[in-house]
Amino acid sequence: MSAIDTLAPARGALSADPEARCAHCLLPVPRGIRDRAREEQFCCAGCHAVWQILQDHGLTGYYNLPERREIAVTSTGRRYEEYDHDTFTELYVRVLPDGSREVDLYLEGIHCSACVWLVERIPRTLPGVLRAEVNLTRSRATVTWDPSAVALSAIARWLDTLGYPPHPFRGIRAETVRRREDREMIVRIGVAGALAANVMLLALALYSGWFGDMDPVFTRYFRWVSLLVTTPALLWPGRVFFRGALAALRGRTLHMDVPIALALTAGYSRGLWNTVTDSGPVYFDGVATLIFLLLVGRFLQQRAQRAAADSAELLHAIAPSTARMVDGDDVREIPAEALLPGMTIVVYPGETVAADGIVSAGTSALNLALLSGESRPVPVGPGDPAWAGTVNLSAPLRLRVEQTGETSRVGRMLREVADSAARRAPVVDLAHRLAGTFVAVVLLLAVVTAGLWWSTSPSVAIDHAIALLIVTCPCALALATPLAVSVAIGRAAGAGILIKGGDALEVLGRGAAGGTLFLDKTGTLTAGQLRLLAWTGPDGVRPWILSLEGEATHPVAAGFREAWPGIPVPQADDVDHVLGGGVAGRVEGHEVMVGSPSWIGCRLDVTPHLADGESAHLTPVLVAVDGVIVGEARFGDPVRPEAGGVVSRLRNEGWSVHLLTGDEQAVATSVGRALGLAEEAIHAEQTPEAKAERVAVSQARPTVMVGDGVNDAAAMARATVGIAVHGGAEASMAVADVYLSTPGVGSLVPLMAGARRTLSTIKQNVVFSLLYNVAGAGLAMAGLLHPLVAAILMPVSSLTVIVHSWRSRSFEAGEHP
Amino acid sequence: MSVLFLVLPLALLLVGAAIAAFVWAARRGEFDDLTTPAIRALHDDDPPPPG
Repeated sequence: MSAIDTLAPARGALSADPEARCAHCLLPVPRGIRDRAREEQFCCAGCHAVWQILQDHGLTGYYNLPERREIAVTSTGRRYEEYDHDTFTELYVRVLPDGSREVDLYLEGIHCSACVWLVERIPRTLPGVLRAEVNLTRSRATVTWDPSAVALSAIARWLDTLGYPPHPFRGIRAETVRRREDREMIVRIGVAGALAANVMLLALALYSGWFGDMDPVFTRYFRWVSLLVTTPALLWPGRVFFRGALAALRGRTLHMDVPIALALTAGYSRGLWNTVTDSGPVYFDGVATLIFLLLVGRFLQQRAQRAAADSAELLHAIAPSTARMVDGDDVREIPAEALLPGMTIVVYPGETVAADGIVSAGTSALNLALLSGESRPVPVGPGDPAWAGTVNLSAPLRLRVEQTGETSRVGRMLREVADSAARRAPVVDLAHRLAGTFVAVVLLLAVVTAGLWWSTSPSVAIDHAIALLIVTCPCALALATPLAVSVAIGRAAGAGILIKGGDALEVLGRGAAGGTLFLDKTGTLTAGQLRLLAWTGPDGVRPWILSLEGEATHPVAAGFREAWPGIPVPQADDVDHVLGGGVAGRVEGHEVMVGSPSWIGCRLDVTPHLADGESAHLTPVLVAVDGVIVGEARFGDPVRPEAGGVVSRLRNEGWSVHLLTGDEQAVATSVGRALGLAEEAIHAEQTPEAKAERVAVSQARPTVMVGDGVNDAAAMARATVGIAVHGGAEASMAVADVYLSTPGVGSLVPLMAGARRTLSTIKQNVVFSLLYNVAGAGLAMAGLLHPLVAAILMPVSSLTVIVHSWRSRSFEAGEHP
Repeated sequence: MSVLFLVLPLALLLVGAAIAAFVWAARRGEFDDLTTPAIRALHDDDPPPPG
């Protein structure tokens, strides 16, 4: 075990001494590891290593950066040997024309500009690396290196030492398609904007010509030039609307693109006709501006959806990428992709199991948190199954591989997650649901207008009908939702709530009445760590317990260390860890045993210490000294203090709140009762598959799943809205629509309130834009719509929506209960 | 006023050139990442390495 692991628990629990801050990460330094002889203190070996590297390479400028991460450096210490393997090279590495190589890596722990600075200076600290470029929003680095000077595994280890464990980026093919789409979108907006601005300038000249006298030659000239500029705007950036409208008509549905395409066609063809025949108004300024504004609305919408797609990339990164294959007497590290059923692999303590298999040799304990969400270790021995993604805790294990990659249990689960996320019916936003009625009404009004004026003159009738079509083009309506949503998403991010799509906001804002909200227990309602909740026994044995548990990775050991920080620990001898039992050893001349009642019960009478009704859900640990039971500790995972209040607030708002946990019935019942939930709203002992099923059953009404682990991910993907809480697994963050970046469930209340306010902003926007349309349509029908009035009315309606969205108070920064 | 017959096409040519430059830049990926370069610009230049 590395020094970092040993020190980690001490970090959180210390008496703060303002003088002792880690020289690297600024976290307080625990008393026990301070070095009086030095000026600089470090909270852990990882920070010390990085500090030393920066000193050696003259990169102390890092410490002058205004923003740096206050997180201790934790490196995994992996070897990354598979990064040099041929299969890996073939899959992920590009060879550049000059012989150097390039790879895209997904980096954990990239959070701020200081991280960008540090990673991009790798060429200075590691010879052979030519270039490193970081994309902060997507946590990705593109690294170029000279293969004759340095190996990729060395670069990976270096990144790991700096505290950014790398993973190969596995989505290159989808990435190329997506990147092309993104660039085309930007091109379209830019072109539409430039053309619209120029048509506007020409229109300004034409409108001023109305009030002064302009030579008809110039009028005609300006109109022809406007036509010349508008045509490419319609044919190039504007094409997306025609394509959308055609697709909608072919699918026999009415999409917002249909009235847009209608208005664009009507305006442009009438403008073209009037330019050629030199009569009536031209509508080129309106057409060009419409295209630009509508594209902006679409861009905002797409950007929100992209954020959701971005994080799905993380799904790939969490799957284990390496395995140690046993080949005769040899053990070789190979990429997980190269594993085949029937091979034997060895998994050392602290490593992740790379494939599903059967244990062939060794006994150890596995942390199944990835699959079950519970962090209590599960003992395994020969003949027992072990699953990919679980972590081996205590001793080396040999496995015969049965399933690998996508066919392993975690692989199937991740695919299920991705599938349900893709299958989920998109929430149709308010404006689009209005589209059908809207088209019908507008067409009807246009026909009526033409009919009313036909007797005057067919040409006038057509002009009035077209003026109506243009003035009612649903520009403000199309902006109503994306604007309100993107403003809300921005504000919510300021309050520590990351929202990936507008759909989630609409559902949360609407769904309170009759909606079902599922809460995961471990890690969501509770902190997900065993805490020492009760201790009876003499103080004198505490150092002895710590001495025995000092190095163990077991959660009970971590719980003891956290509860009693800063106690001087004596040396222990003959320490014996018994899997699933406890630990025994000799400390200061006494035989000390710490362990479960069943284990200690084999030697001593434990009857008076067996759990009573009230604390049945707590894990008991007994302490015996020289054959006498002297102490009794009870461990549990306490419910977060704010959880009760949040649950009752949510229930008052109309949500039906359920508890969904993989933990056993007794624990679930005790937590559920503490939160005031009814018996039938508590679902215990749920596998990840059962959780997803339970969520799917309630699908008739909106469902919300709040969770933290990979075991919740399938349920989150299946729910109408998935919410991941702080500290959750990356996979759950990847599928969640909302991520709460502050610990606990406290942010749920402002999230719901913000969603409701956003929804009402959207509704107000829709009403505003419809009012403008009604006014415009009325004027057009009455034949009073001067083209200048139309030209002003249209941008003003969009402007109203923009200003209203921006001024709305959906989320406020720092809004916490 | 008749100078407009010369100036307006010239202006449109300029617009065309600007659009072409923009399209070229966008397709080259200049606008792919709008966050990190802004941060990078704020970092000071490095001092020369020691020794």
